[in-house]
Amino acid sequence: MTKLHRRTLLGAAGAATLATPAIAQAPVTFAGRTIEFVIPFAEAGGSDVWARFLAPFLSRHLPGQPNVIVRNVPGGGSITGSNDWAQRARPDGSSLFGPSASTHLPFLLGDRRVRYDYANWTPVIVSPTGGVVWVSTRTGITDGADIARLRGQELVFPSQGATGFDLVPILALHLLGLNVRYVFGMRGRGEARIAVERGDGSIDHQTTPAYLSQVVPLVQAGQGVPLFSYGLPDAQGNIQRDPSFPDIPTFEEVYQRMHNRAPEGQAYEAYRAASIAAFAGQKPAVLLKSTPAPIIAAYRRAFEDMVADPELKARGETVLGVYPQAVGDAAESLYRHATTISPEAREWARNFLTTHHNVRF
Amino acid sequence: MLDLLLSTLLDLLTLKHMTFMMVGVTVGLVIGVLPGLGGIAGLSLLLPFIYGMDQTSALAMLIGLVAVVPTADTFSSILMGIPGSSASQATVLDGFPLARQGEAARALAAAFFASMLGGMFGAVVLTAAVLAARPIILAFGSAELFMLTLFGLSTVAALSGGNLAKGVAAACLGLAFGMIGAAPATGEYRMDFDTLYLSDGLPLVIVGLGIFALPEMFDLLRGGGAIAKQGQSLGRGWFQGVRDVIRNPGLVLRCSGIGALIGAIPGIGGSVVDWIAYSHAMQTSKDRSQYGKGEIRGVIAPESANNAVQGGALLPTLLFGIPGSGSMAIFLAGMILLGLQPGPSMAERDLNITYTIIWSLAIANLLGTALCIALAPGIAKLTLVRYTLIAPFMVMVLCFAAFQATRSYYDLLALVAVGVLGVFMRRFGWSRPAFLIGFVLSLGAERYLYQAVQFSGWDFLTRPLVLVILALTLLSLWAGLRKSSGSGAINTEGAAEDSRASRMWPQLAFAAVVLGLFVFTFAEGMKNSYLALMFPVAVACVGGACALWVLFWQSRGAVAAGSANFDTEAEAKDYGPWPFLGWFLGIVALTGLIGFFAALVLFFLAFLRVVARCPWWQVLVLTAAACTFLLVLASSLNLLFPGGVLQAHVDLPWPLR
Repeated sequence: MTKLHRRTLLGAAGAATLATPAIAQAPVTFAGRTIEFVIPFAEAGGSDVWARFLAPFLSRHLPGQPNVIVRNVPGGGSITGSNDWAQRARPDGSSLFGPSASTHLPFLLGDRRVRYDYANWTPVIVSPTGGVVWVSTRTGITDGADIARLRGQELVFPSQGATGFDLVPILALHLLGLNVRYVFGMRGRGEARIAVERGDGSIDHQTTPAYLSQVVPLVQAGQGVPLFSYGLPDAQGNIQRDPSFPDIPTFEEVYQRMHNRAPEGQAYEAYRAASIAAFAGQKPAVLLKSTPAPIIAAYRRAFEDMVADPELKARGETVLGVYPQAVGDAAESLYRHATTISPEAREWARNFLTTHHNVRF
Repeated sequence: MLDLLLSTLLDLLTLKHMTFMMVGVTVGLVIGVLPGLGGIAGLSLLLPFIYGMDQTSALAMLIGLVAVVPTADTFSSILMGIPGSSASQATVLDGFPLARQGEAARALAAAFFASMLGGMFGAVVLTAAVLAARPIILAFGSAELFMLTLFGLSTVAALSGGNLAKGVAAACLGLAFGMIGAAPATGEYRMDFDTLYLSDGLPLVIVGLGIFALPEMFDLLRGGGAIAKQGQSLGRGWFQGVRDVIRNPGLVLRCSGIGALIGAIPGIGGSVVDWIAYSHAMQTSKDRSQYGKGEIRGVIAPESANNAVQGGALLPTLLFGIPGSGSMAIFLAGMILLGLQPGPSMAERDLNITYTIIWSLAIANLLGTALCIALAPGIAKLTLVRYTLIAPFMVMVLCFAAFQATRSYYDLLALVAVGVLGVFMRRFGWSRPAFLIGFVLSLGAERYLYQAVQFSGWDFLTRPLVLVILALTLLSLWAGLRKSSGSGAINTEGAAEDSRASRMWPQLAFAAVVLGLFVFTFAEGMKNSYLALMFPVAVACVGGACALWVLFWQSRGAVAAGSANFDTEAEAKDYGPWPFLGWFLGIVALTGLIGFFAALVLFFLAFLRVVARCPWWQVLVLTAAACTFLLVLASSLNLLFPGGVLQAHVDLPWPLR
């Protein structure tokens, strides 16, 4: 079914590229086609929910209102599906890909199983999210401003693993000079959170929706205290406070306060790349860069219209939060920050993980 | 609170909401009946449709499905000997022998009635506990969870078949298979042969189908006839089944309680609940001689537990946003798509949502049971059909279910590999339930032990709840081992007395292969850093010692080997399961060449013509029916079938792609 549509679409796209401007002007339409939104994760889970939420809106705003379906290709912590898409997708706009933090981080760290390259892709939207590091009040502090008082004690961080999502707080807490013991093997942030609530662990981080629904009640009950958020980069790449948590300082602010200078160096560069990859630039939707320009332009426009759709704004809060959805040039900029790292910072991060957490690359 | 309970009920009982619930119940019924497909596949099927629905309708639909799957999955467990989903594996042990003895109606009635009571119990628990469950769930930390995995493993003592050493070795083998993939403590990859496929570990669906379904299917094919033995009718025994349940109120209550509790504790998961309930039934029975041969209590126990799980599993899902199982994860995703964010508010501000869910659960259980009972006589007639006509459909559904796991060709290869192991384990009396329990609890045991030690040192052993569970574990061990060497031993793999061989070499060879697997596990384990090697090495040592012990007895000759001597093929006069395994390998190999859909068509044509000897018109009609069914299912799941060499080179239209 999809294949037949894809074939005709390919023909149309081919005609658009081969022919001279006269025909290229012909408006792109996807009428009657099926577009695949490929997600390298299983059903349920953040990326799947995100794609399923967006799919009907995409269908509404793409020219010709094609059928948009979500196709899950799980396995290998998202590397399987990403390698697969990188190898098989055709530059005809019939397939859209939605990688996430677990796809970005192995790429940034140079995991040898990665066979995809973000430089070959172009983003049409980037959905940011945020994250907050918080501690239990059993640590003895009741105000995030007292973070310096945590230096004297050993904190226990229940974690899923050092090379995934938790790399971001691991690097942040290392930079702050806190003494943290990591207990690995948690099966999700939810388990880690109740381990802290129960008293087994003392420090944890959560993404925005989980923080708002699960940790805020704990903070209100006096059981937890937020320390810092990861913030969002502005157009110049400077980290600003997260709009979901205007009262919680960013990591950079806290670092400044503790060390009386701004963070810098390879370690900070590595943290920043990981942090933007995992949070601010967490969920891009990409097309192959080699897709004909009119098709990319049609997608760009569709996503711009989509984020302006009042219904998306009204219904999107549980999925998208209050974050501005990056489209157009803003998407490009955020995407670049989220998927690039200097070779030196990468080397530093790899060394750090090998020495401190016994990770073998 | 009472007002709210009543108003949410009235809200649910409108035509619109009930219609949507019926949609969920119906889909759940179909998905549950199909072997291997469970709540995960069913909910993924419904998820795209909840867009734009109102919350009550959507919740009623999703819960309708979740509630019915563990009722409907009983059909294939009892009638085909193939677990309908991972929740009803234990039902097979006694349900299937009952069906073969012509008591399918009784077994089904008992199962459905027990399921309904279990489901209702789950809903009641949820109602009562939703306001007070937070502290209970918080009481179960890594230490307690580790003890619970030990408790689960202690059931191996009861389920190890006629020979304890073989049972323990089988459980260790399961533990070793469960350790494939990333180590919980360090993330190091073990036994993955450097492949991406194995880096996530073997999927449970595939292990369950391979170890139980494939060997059963080959065996039925060899028999040549229908599933139910000649001259049996199915119509009798409906009331008998219901009476069986009513006569065992304590068992139903205890097993529902076990189900709801295990379901409520995130981290253990519902896939061992049926085994725990089954071994509980066994441990508390005075006469154990009929277990494994058609004991009705062996059907009632797992069925009342596996429906109660759903009510329990909703607690951590709603209160903490932590899904207790795969299907709960998808339910959670559905809630978020509906704009609902689970959390403490579900017991406060959003209590009406919670009550809608509870009522849906209760009503869907009633509806599901009614539908199952109405459909049962029709479906049960399948057991009178020549099995060679059913087998190709089973092959299709098993392959389809297997590649639901990760949607790759490797899923089929893994199914074959585990299936071959299952065939041998069945033949030589190495307990497959023990293997499965080991597999399911493997990563949990390692993960929680490591975390418990990291969080609180070895002091964790002195926590009060840990001691309580430890006492329960010892009790369960004692109850399981009691009499187990004598006449009371359960035969999970068939009758031991019919399986004494005089030719010992096939058994010796298999025991040597098992030993070899443990040596491999040991060697692979030693490659890791300290934290990641302890568990594989310990399991390899215990399992290896048991395998050696079995080898020792077997090598002393057929009579001296005693209970270690077990070979169901000892008297076999045909070619064994190998011709049928060959057919199965054929479709897998063909899939690797020309893709699944085309391979399936050829397989149907060839199998029906050559093995089933059907006239051509029948071959074509059955093949067309199978293709239609598969295409409808695959297109509603937006599924591409695994491709082969052909697809890598040529672009073909769906579904050949």
